[in-house]
Amino acid sequence: MSHSTVPRSKAEAEKTDETPVASGGATGAKDRGRSGKLSLRLRFRRDRTLILMTLPAVLLVLVFNYIPILGNVVAFQEYDPYLSDNGFVAMFESPWVGLDNFERIFEDSAFWQAVQNTFVLFFLQLVLFFPIPILLALLINSVVRPRVRAVAQAIMYLPHFFSWVLVVAVFQQLFGGAGIIAQTLRQHGYDGFDLMTDPDIFKFLVTAEGIWKDAGWGIIVFLAALASVPHDLYEAAAMDGASRWRRMWHITLPALRPVIALLLVLRVGDALTVGFEQLLLQRDAVGPGAAEVLDTYVWWNGIRNQDFSYAAAAGLIKGMVGLALVLTANKVAHLMGEQGVYQK
Amino acid sequence: MSAVLDKPVKQPGRWAAPPRPTWEEEPSKAGLASKGLLLTLACFTILFPLWIVVVTSLSSRKTIDEVGGLVVIPRDITFVAYQELLSGGQVQRATLVSLGVTVVGTLFSMTVSVLCAYGLSRSGSLAHRGILMTLLATMFFGAGLIPTYLLVQALGLTDTYLALILPSAVSVFNILVLRGFFMGISPELIDSARIDGAGDWRILWKIVLPLSRAVIAVITLFYAVGYWSAWFNASIYLSDQDMMPLQNVMIQLVQEQQRPVGIATQINTGQLSPLAIQMAVMVLALLPVAVLSPFVQRHFKKGMLTGAVKG
Repeated sequence: MSHSTVPRSKAEAEKTDETPVASGGATGAKDRGRSGKLSLRLRFRRDRTLILMTLPAVLLVLVFNYIPILGNVVAFQEYDPYLSDNGFVAMFESPWVGLDNFERIFEDSAFWQAVQNTFVLFFLQLVLFFPIPILLALLINSVVRPRVRAVAQAIMYLPHFFSWVLVVAVFQQLFGGAGIIAQTLRQHGYDGFDLMTDPDIFKFLVTAEGIWKDAGWGIIVFLAALASVPHDLYEAAAMDGASRWRRMWHITLPALRPVIALLLVLRVGDALTVGFEQLLLQRDAVGPGAAEVLDTYVWWNGIRNQDFSYAAAAGLIKGMVGLALVLTANKVAHLMGEQGVYQK
Repeated sequence: MSAVLDKPVKQPGRWAAPPRPTWEEEPSKAGLASKGLLLTLACFTILFPLWIVVVTSLSSRKTIDEVGGLVVIPRDITFVAYQELLSGGQVQRATLVSLGVTVVGTLFSMTVSVLCAYGLSRSGSLAHRGILMTLLATMFFGAGLIPTYLLVQALGLTDTYLALILPSAVSVFNILVLRGFFMGISPELIDSARIDGAGDWRILWKIVLPLSRAVIAVITLFYAVGYWSAWFNASIYLSDQDMMPLQNVMIQLVQEQQRPVGIATQINTGQLSPLAIQMAVMVLALLPVAVLSPFVQRHFKKGMLTGAVKG
């Protein structure tokens, strides 16, 4: 199957010419220059199968990710779904109210409570959750027996694949009023307790659930970064008399720095999302005072109370601030000389 | 676990440590011990709660009453809770619903995602940059819960299983991972097939897919776990209790402590322990995931990291 012995059509020749450019890191300008040699019609004929293949996914994304963006107009309306049989038609018939919904939101103390809860949870997760996968990865990485490593990893990855319903139910069996701890305490003559319904420590409980579920999964990225550190670096350092700890401080941790920076940027950009399903599941047990975050606030007002316009406005605020956070976090990463989520 | 971790191995078996490089100092006893302890502790934290759940689900009413609730040390083993749950009624139906949605949804998502990933993996092709950007942009913003809810309603998907599949069928992240993997396949291989007259469908089916088993396994698991674990869409789009998937039934039975429809009598008359039933529902929900994910585990790293890197 040597290239030289098989006659190639014109389009085929173009294709094979293009691949080295493509595999060499696809710089946009170069691509355009190359393919510019072919007419649009010819390129379409050549690539129509590829375009066809992307269509189902693109259609689904357009319908379920892009079209709903337009639906945010209800935030500026007094949307009434009963104006028409079809919710979309009702959008055209609902009266416009300008920024009324936003004014109502900013006057609602429950909204500010949700904002506060969101930020408190974000900081708790950042401080308590974020370092754990790094430490676990260092621990796993120092295990040399491949079998032990594989078993430990399998166990640590497992809870990531559990649903939030299951995780909350598991925690209920540990810390709930009928959980194993309360049960043991009662049997030994102490008072039982119910951490699941205690608003004071609820935010720590939520953070602990998050750690139990996803801290193990978080080590994958760090393990990959650790595996890519060249071994001769360690050898050279050891030859120069660097101890185990010094090798970790001067070689291992610097190797993790870009990954840590990237994950921090991602986390900060996503600060307003602090576990919607998880909190929604426990909202009734502890009450909205402790458990309401921006996402559940939207759900409560929109889905439960059917105040669609009000909830859409709250969702829009969250979306806008969230977008600003992603872009800012990324900017900061660039300024610090890290790669960030996307290139400049 | 702990027995396995630090036991000196007599002959180099499968658990043995590979020889250390000569320049590395021998690890200290204390260091090894504390490492083993930490590792055991981490694994224990994950496994202990699951152990209680499984053991209690397998315990008889008598044992559960004697220990006063959750069982840590198994005394007897009975499958009566599972027999009751799976011999018809609410939980059996919910399990079948979840299985059905997971299988159909995963097949659909995988087909759509693999096609899209391959369609975008041949750089220099027409419009691939624009399509890619269209998909990528959705990772930076969401339309929001309310507009999505109104759309699903307007499309008439409420109270159908399509509402559990279509809105979340495509994960752009998964497509990127697949695409990254496909792009790593040697272009020479694909070009020589093309020169031999193979079209894109044939290349995808005969060359790309067989070479991508690892990433296919990982992404299939991701999608399947997503469908299996989902409950929120069912809670807002379905009103018929008979249509509810297992996760939603688990909320009712375990979190809200409702008695399962159909076997409430056996529980009320004392034949069955309500606690064992609850724990059995939890085991039903975790079993498929716990059984499948370790098989795919060795591919995680490869699957997770090839994708996002190449823009």
